[in-house]
Amino acid sequence: MYRVSCRRLPGRLGLCVFEPLHKIAIIKQILKVFVHHYRSGNGEWLQIRHFYLPKCQYVTKVDKGLYQRAKPKAEPSSAPFPEKSPLINDVVVRSVQQVPTITPYPSSLHEDEEQIPGKAGMEEVADDKGTSQDNRKGKQWNEVKVQLADLPGIYAKLSKIKLTALVATTATAGFAMAPVPFDLSCLLLATLGTGLASCAANSINQFFEVPFDSNMNRTKNRPLVRGQISPLHAVSFAAACGVPGIAILALGINPLTGALGAFNLFLYTCCYTPMKRLSILNTWVGSVVGAIPPVMGWTAATGSIGAGALLLGGILYSWQFPHFNALSWNLREDYSRGGYRMMSVTHPALCKRVAFRHCFGLIGLSTLCSVFDVTTWTFPLISLPINLYISYLGYRFYRDSSRNSARKLFFCSLWHLPMLLLLMLTCKKSIAGSESTIHHQVQTEMQV
Amino acid sequence: MRRGFGALGDLGRRLIFRSVSLRGTESPNYGRARASTRGPDQREPSAEISDFRPPVDSHFDWVGPPDRFSNLRCVKFYIPKNESKLEQQLRKLRIDTQNWNQKFWSNQNIIFNKEKEEFIHLRLKAKGLGLRDEEGRKNILTAEEMAEFYKKFLNTNYKKHVNYNKEWYRRNFTITWLMGRTVLQNAWRRLRQRKEIKQ
Repeated sequence: MYRVSCRRLPGRLGLCVFEPLHKIAIIKQILKVFVHHYRSGNGEWLQIRHFYLPKCQYVTKVDKGLYQRAKPKAEPSSAPFPEKSPLINDVVVRSVQQVPTITPYPSSLHEDEEQIPGKAGMEEVADDKGTSQDNRKGKQWNEVKVQLADLPGIYAKLSKIKLTALVATTATAGFAMAPVPFDLSCLLLATLGTGLASCAANSINQFFEVPFDSNMNRTKNRPLVRGQISPLHAVSFAAACGVPGIAILALGINPLTGALGAFNLFLYTCCYTPMKRLSILNTWVGSVVGAIPPVMGWTAATGSIGAGALLLGGILYSWQFPHFNALSWNLREDYSRGGYRMMSVTHPALCKRVAFRHCFGLIGLSTLCSVFDVTTWTFPLISLPINLYISYLGYRFYRDSSRNSARKLFFCSLWHLPMLLLLMLTCKKSIAGSESTIHHQVQTEMQV
Repeated sequence: MRRGFGALGDLGRRLIFRSVSLRGTESPNYGRARASTRGPDQREPSAEISDFRPPVDSHFDWVGPPDRFSNLRCVKFYIPKNESKLEQQLRKLRIDTQNWNQKFWSNQNIIFNKEKEEFIHLRLKAKGLGLRDEEGRKNILTAEEMAEFYKKFLNTNYKKHVNYNKEWYRRNFTITWLMGRTVLQNAWRRLRQRKEIKQ
C-alpha cells in the first residue's frame, strides 16, 4: 500500500516519505514478533537470538526457489519460532523487495529508456530476458553455490542454446542438400558435433566478455555476469563440449569436417571475439563463422567441398549482413559505451550500404544454386518473393535509417533464413535425375 | 519529521544488524572487497555493498547486485580456515581485478553519460532550443544526431579500450589458470588425507 501512494509522489519527496514509512513497517513486524513470542512461548523473555531472525532473512538463502528463509539452526525443540517463521519470512521478504533504489545520479543513467522508445522491440530478442523470479534474484546477494537443478538452465544460457540450434540447423541443411544418398546416422553425428562445437564457442565467448556483457542490456543476465558459475566452470564446460564435438566430427565423420569445425571454433573465439573491440572487420569475420556450418554439413555428407558447399556458405555469409547490421543499428549506444567497434557506430553509411548490397546478393546466389545444379530452376523463382521482400526492407533501411526500419529488417531476417533453406530443400535436384543423366552420357559415349 | 523517522529507522536498523555483530561475524571469514577508488559523493553506494555480511556458516563466495555506476557485481570472497598460498594469491588477484574493473567501468560510464549530456546541451543550444520544451518534456536529439556522439566517443577512447582489453584478457586467463591449479591442489590434498586416514 505504501508503494502505490508513494509512486504518485515525485522523486525525492516520495523518497523522504517512503523510506521512513518502510522503516516503520520493519519495526512493526519486529514488534509483532516480540508480542507473539512473549504470548505464545513458555514465558521465556527476549533473548539475543530472537533478534537475529529478521536479519538472517534478509541475506540467507536456503530454498533455491523464491524465498529467502532463515537457515534452520540447531535450536532446542521447545523453541516456539519455527511454526511462525514462514509468515515472518514472507513479510520480511516482501519488505526487502519494496526498498526503492536511490539514484544519486538522477539524470543520465536512466535517460536511455526515455530517449529510445523502440528499444523494447530489440529487447524481445535479448538472449536472456529472464523471468521475474530471475530478475529478482539478480538484484539480491546470492551465494555462489551451484545447485544441480539450476545447471541445465545455466548451461543453456552459457551455450546460447537458440543460436546453437540455428547453427546446427544450417549444418543439417548443408548435409541434406548434398547430392548423396541419405545417411541418418551421419546426419545425426554431424548435427551433434556441430552443436557441441557451437556450445563450446559460445561459452568461451561469454568467458571472454564478462565485463562488457554486464554493461549491455541485452546481455546482462548471462550466467558469468551474474556470478552463477565461476570462469573455470565455464571453461570446463566449453572443453567438455568442444573436445567431444570436434572428435565426433573428425573421427566419426571425416577429418575435413573436423578440421572445419576446429577452424570455426578458433575463428569465433580467438579472432571474432577480440576483434569486436579492435576493428569493424569483425563483422566480416563473423559472417565467415556463420557461413562455415553448412559447408561442414556438406563435407560430412560428401567428404569434399563442392560448388554446392560454397554456394550454401555464400548464402549464409550474405544473410549475416542484413541480420547483424540491422540488429546493431539499434544498439549503437550500448556498443559505444561498451567500446565495441561496429560499423553501425563508426561507419553508419557503410553499414546501410553493406546490408542492402547483400540482400541483392541473396537473390544472385539463389539463382546460382540452380546454375550449379544444386537445386532445380524452380528454386530461384519460388524464393524470389521472400528475397525481394528482404531486399525491399533492406532498401527501406538504407533510405530511412530509422530504428523502425532496422527492427523490421532484423525480424524479417529471422524467418527469412529458415524459409529459404526449406524452399531450397524442396527444390533440391534429385540424385536419381542426375544419375540418369550420367548414364545417358555414358551410353552416348559408348555409341561413339 | 524526516529526522524523527530517521532516528526511529536507525534504531530499528541497529537493533537488527548490531545483534549479528554481537556474534562476531564481522570479518573473520570474508575479505572486504571495498572499492577504495570512489569519490566522496559516491561513498554511499559502496558503503551499502560493503556492509553486507554473509552468514557465518557459509563456505562459499557471495555475489551482489549490479553496481549503479559500473554495472559490475561485487563479490565477497570466502576465506577458508586453512587457505593455502595459492588460494590466497588467487583471492588477492580476484579482489584486485574486481577493484580495477570497478574503477574502469564506473569511470567509463560516468564520463560517457557526462559527455552525452554536454553534447545534447550544445546541440540543442545550436538549434536554439532549451533543455525542455513548452510542456516540460525533455528535448531529445534524433538517433542520427546521437550517432555522431557515439562515433566520436568510440574513436577518442580507442587506445584506452585496447589497453583495457589486453589487461583484462591477461587477468582473466591468470585467474582461471590459478583456479584450475587450486582445484587440482585441493583434490590432491583430499586424496592424500584419505590415504593417510586409510593408513
